Amino acid sequence: MSTLPVSTSNRSSFRWGVSDVLTIARRNLQVLFRIPVAIVFMIIQPIMFVILFRYVFGGVIAVPGFSYVNYLIPGILVQTVIFGSVGTAIGLAEDLQKGLIERFRALPMARLAVLAGRTISDFFRNILVVVIITGVGFLVGFRPGGTFVSYVQACILMLFFAYCLSWGFAFIGLAAPNSEAAQAMTFPLIFPLTFASAIFVPVLKMPSWLRGFATHQPVSQTADAVRGLMDGTPHGISTWMSLAWAAGAILVLAPLAVNQYRKVA
Amino acid sequence: MPEYAVEAFNIVRTFAAGDVRALDDVTLHVPTGQVFGLLGPNGSGKTTMVRILSTILSPTSGRAIVAGFDVVKQPNQVRHHIGLAGQNATVDENLTGFENIRMVGLLNHLNKPYVVAKARQLLEDFGLANAGNRIVKTYSGGMRRRLDLAAALVAAPPILFLDEPTTGLDPQSRQDLWGIIERLVEGGTTVLLTTQYLEEADRLAKQLVVLDHGKIIAEGTSSELKAQMGTTVVSLNFASIDDALRAQPLVADLTNTPANLDGSILEITVNNGPAVTADALRRIDGAGITLSGLALREPSLDDVFLNLTGHKAEDDPTETPEVSGRKRKARA
Repeated sequence: MSTLPVSTSNRSSFRWGVSDVLTIARRNLQVLFRIPVAIVFMIIQPIMFVILFRYVFGGVIAVPGFSYVNYLIPGILVQTVIFGSVGTAIGLAEDLQKGLIERFRALPMARLAVLAGRTISDFFRNILVVVIITGVGFLVGFRPGGTFVSYVQACILMLFFAYCLSWGFAFIGLAAPNSEAAQAMTFPLIFPLTFASAIFVPVLKMPSWLRGFATHQPVSQTADAVRGLMDGTPHGISTWMSLAWAAGAILVLAPLAVNQYRKVA
Repeated sequence: MPEYAVEAFNIVRTFAAGDVRALDDVTLHVPTGQVFGLLGPNGSGKTTMVRILSTILSPTSGRAIVAGFDVVKQPNQVRHHIGLAGQNATVDENLTGFENIRMVGLLNHLNKPYVVAKARQLLEDFGLANAGNRIVKTYSGGMRRRLDLAAALVAAPPILFLDEPTTGLDPQSRQDLWGIIERLVEGGTTVLLTTQYLEEADRLAKQLVVLDHGKIIAEGTSSELKAQMGTTVVSLNFASIDDALRAQPLVADLTNTPANLDGSILEITVNNGPAVTADALRRIDGAGITLSGLALREPSLDDVFLNLTGHKAEDDPTETPEVSGRKRKARA
């Protein structure tokens, strides 16, 4: 047994930590691609939102300075990556429920690899969704005025924002009694953040009591920044605001999630 | 090799802010290279003990040494020397059998070519070679347990914790797993086995500890445990429960341990089987009660357990079900 090619724990523990994160992330992505239905359902909801707002409500929504489809698609993309990061809560709650996290605890792996691996695999899943919804957007007439580079910048911004948020959802997933409850617990957070926002309509016509929140809340800032970058129009300090919100979120939420992981696992 | 692979000293573990004592002053010495049985009904603290020894849970007080390392102070070194498998068969349902073993191998920081070769070999050894590339969702209960055990063995741990490895399995799968466990021990592995099946403990374990409500209530070899209470069980079968009830006081003074009435069957455990049987028959006949059947047998661990705890090993205890660290799972 002493002939096993096993590493000693003090040698390059950082390298093994990275290896553990990749092993977990790879496993999550394998599972994702093994259940194609899951991917279909992941993109079916944003597609329905695209159809609903592009063709049902779009005719009566007037946005100064934008064709509505050019206003809508960046918003839908932001909404979709945020919904995507909810998957972090569901995935961790499932692993916990099935006893997998407990099993991982008896292995000589880096403890935080479970959390880091999960958020990273959900980040990659969001990249896939962004690509697909971009394609859907172009099919329904989305023609952003910005450059390719600024489009990519916009995608990186919202993916980073969603990644930081997913640490909060990691906390919820670890605090919830099961995956169904985890999903339900995210709803009261997600709903006001995505609908009382600049995702679907400009905040200008909202009543004043709502407008203050809707203008400054992080999702609106991100939507404004993404839209401005994609369309090549001025968007004030919203990019910086979005980055600041994201950085602030991860600084607060990651320790919360880590602490909760220590508690439950 | 050290004499003991696992040692636990005065382990106490409380849950629910001290209201529930899942383990109450448990001390164990598990000799290297044997199967050590931790026997007890649901809620007796077996799983809590395994979780503590496998570094998943920390003890409220007490100390445990596994493979020479302290489970609280040196958990990572402990994890390099243990494998854990059991009733929960925590394999990833959405991965294939091969991928499950590979994942555990990589998380044990073994190098990739070794893990791949070892995974193939384990699948072969455990009769899963043809199922290795199938998703675990399609596996039967017995296949999952074998895979769970295979994954626990990928790093060839010298110490293996098996938490109720055969609970809920059909007899054939149980026999298969017993065979695997016996071969592992022949190869030098130390196994700490928890079970509520006395037959399993009897067959596999050299040394036994019986837990009830978090306390050790008996320990020794299975024959020592049996010898504590008599050498023969006299089983008297009556035509009706009434007859059995009438016979019970007649034979009560023939034995030190209380007679066990189960329906119309009355059992007494004695040291001098034939003589006591003759005496019992005379008394029953004298009272005009007809016996419909009679058997003499060696006491099983079931009898030991009943005798020690007043309830059967597979019964749920009537109170204080074990509280797990989390509310999401009911564990035994």
